[in-house]
Amino acid sequence: MPESTDLQEFRADLRAWLEQNCPPEMRDGAASEDDICWGGKQFRFQSDAQKDWLERCAAKGYTVPTWPRDYGGAGLTRDQEKIFHAEMGRINARPPLQSFGIWMLGPALLHFGTHEQKLQYLPPIARGDIRWCQGYSEPGAGSDLASVQTRGEDRGDHWLVNGQKVWTSYADKADWIFALVRTDREAPKHKGISFLLIDMQSDGVSTRPIKLISGASPFCETFFDDVKVPKSQIVGEENRGWDVAKYLLTHEREMISGGGQGLQGGRPLGAVLAEDAGGHGLTDATLRAAAMRCEVDALAIGLTLERYKDKAEAGGGVGDASAMLKYMGTELNKQRHELLMSAGGSDALEWDGPLGNRAGDWLRTKANSIEGGTSEVMLSIVSRRVLGLPG
Amino acid sequence: MTKLIHTEEETMLADSARGFLDGAAPVSHLRGLRDAGKTHDARLWRDMAQMGWAGILIPEDAGGSDMGHAAAGVLAAEMGKTLVTSPFLSTAVIAATALKQVGDARGIAALKSIAAGEATYALAVDEGRKFAPDATEMEAKADGNGFRLSGAKTFVVDGALADRLLVLARTGGGLTLFDIPADREGITRDAQHMIDSRDSARIRFDDVAATGDDVLGAVDDAMTVLRPALEAGQAALAAEMSGLAAGAFGMTVAYLKERKQFGVPIGSFQALQHRAAHLWCETEVTASAILHAGRALDEDAANATLAVSLAKARATATAQLAVMEGVQMHGGIGMTDAYDMGFYMKRARVAAEWLGDYGHHAEVVAGLRGF
Repeated sequence: MPESTDLQEFRADLRAWLEQNCPPEMRDGAASEDDICWGGKQFRFQSDAQKDWLERCAAKGYTVPTWPRDYGGAGLTRDQEKIFHAEMGRINARPPLQSFGIWMLGPALLHFGTHEQKLQYLPPIARGDIRWCQGYSEPGAGSDLASVQTRGEDRGDHWLVNGQKVWTSYADKADWIFALVRTDREAPKHKGISFLLIDMQSDGVSTRPIKLISGASPFCETFFDDVKVPKSQIVGEENRGWDVAKYLLTHEREMISGGGQGLQGGRPLGAVLAEDAGGHGLTDATLRAAAMRCEVDALAIGLTLERYKDKAEAGGGVGDASAMLKYMGTELNKQRHELLMSAGGSDALEWDGPLGNRAGDWLRTKANSIEGGTSEVMLSIVSRRVLGLPG
Repeated sequence: MTKLIHTEEETMLADSARGFLDGAAPVSHLRGLRDAGKTHDARLWRDMAQMGWAGILIPEDAGGSDMGHAAAGVLAAEMGKTLVTSPFLSTAVIAATALKQVGDARGIAALKSIAAGEATYALAVDEGRKFAPDATEMEAKADGNGFRLSGAKTFVVDGALADRLLVLARTGGGLTLFDIPADREGITRDAQHMIDSRDSARIRFDDVAATGDDVLGAVDDAMTVLRPALEAGQAALAAEMSGLAAGAFGMTVAYLKERKQFGVPIGSFQALQHRAAHLWCETEVTASAILHAGRALDEDAANATLAVSLAKARATATAQLAVMEGVQMHGGIGMTDAYDMGFYMKRARVAAEWLGDYGHHAEVVAGLRGF
């Protein structure tokens, strides 16, 4: 089917805008995690170009292209969104902004938030002014997430929150947190949870980074000690937070599954490996065969993400299939990094060695099949909700 | 813009195909043919042709419905679900696509006879154990205004019963594709007794005469005509295999819900749940590659190679996983001839080899992705 005139026009306008507004320094596809623009009050821009790129995109709504214009987006249709990503990819442009606000809280607020909440919280996410973190897991609530014990006591105009979260990604760098808090201790475990928005600057909130096997500390422990949370800062109904949490999880899982393309920004794995081999091509037969299998799977999983987006747009909904996307995408990403390590040989074994942080990135991927629900939890979701198997 | 969801038209086609095939060609139909020592049901093919399936890729002015490759994939997938045996891929997909590349009066007449269900074709390419058209050794020696073909082909799917053969042979400056009647003098066909109970043949060519009119496309330039035909066939075969995987998977999940051991359905055991769930995930990912290949062929056939090889590679891996897991999760009964799972396993094995195996297509993907 040829592109309609409207879409052709959109593409031409967008291409011209990108040509004029995307700084040359931002056309490297963000080669490493250090290049990501996360936004937020604590964020230090790497360069003026990074700051300009964010501001120009935010002004057009291009940090969150499909969100409605009223809330900081560009209101793009699915067809326009495809063109947007294709044109960004064409010039290898970095995403202007990445954040949990965009990937997780935003979609949940668009679905469950009041108009006032959307106006209050979404535009600062789109501009990169406010950085959010996710307060879900607790020491006693991992795969059994609904057994969260952090509690919120009803004190009339506010909740008094006490408890502890763990694995809170970038809590030490975030401005706000969205958290699951038990507001009814008598109800069955799924029915007594509320979804609260909490300012990290509130009295009684503290964080402590956790050092991981990669040497980095992207995760924190987050403590709540008599934290006052105004009643207006609840998303959805009181004690119905599990519905919001689950909806958000489907977006989180889609986001994590996108990691299948890795930080090479969609570059074929085999091409990266061949480059490592010093331009002699991939001569190691075992590595080459594994890379081919990985490439075939990566392309097909990428198409599956597209197919589910098309389905969602047509009203089909992604729902429980996000468990499939998360499972397949993260398992693949772990394999990719195993192969990258293998191709790198002994050069990949040093911290900050000739291949940069390759070892750190490899170790980081081991969390992919744990965070946001383990691979085993994903398979159980598919088994029960998609296949209808008993138990 | 391209959407990776089925159109309403395609969904209706799938529903009507399913309705027809559940009555006319469930797996028991294949079993019946096998038990009777047959590989083809002429009446079934005639009925399919009457419904327009033989002409699904053929232009309307040649008697077809011209619905495109994604739609052909929809039909192939429905056939795969119940292992329907028919010359659909060889004739309606591969031969029709080859003939469409030519488009002369003779080609149009041939397309008409395919759409009408009157002529069946088989593609004679393989000579060794593996699919390797470029390594073709069979010779077509120039002889006056014509050629003399000598050599042997193997694994010619639908070749024992086809009316006509598309034969790839080496000529003076390259490869040439011939379209000749299967009963021409000097041709000897030996039916192969295949594990999937379908038609396949070893074919010997002893000094077979061919004229310039028998050449499809240009002399020394087979690939202009053959490559689109192969890719159409590979995409449709991948679709059939995804249907096969869905059929085997459906049987398996149903069995997990019904079979009891230790007093409970075996589908309540997490070890089996996770095997089944993993398999479903693989079938979903493969389904995307299948639909994408159909769309790529319909929209830009000249640049569909990556999409097609991706689909055939994924479909091969998934179909093989589905039948292995199918037998394992069924336990002993899955090993019996009386149960249908074995038919799925054997068809998956044959389809995995036909038109290029996993390694062949993964190499194509790797080549096009720069390594």
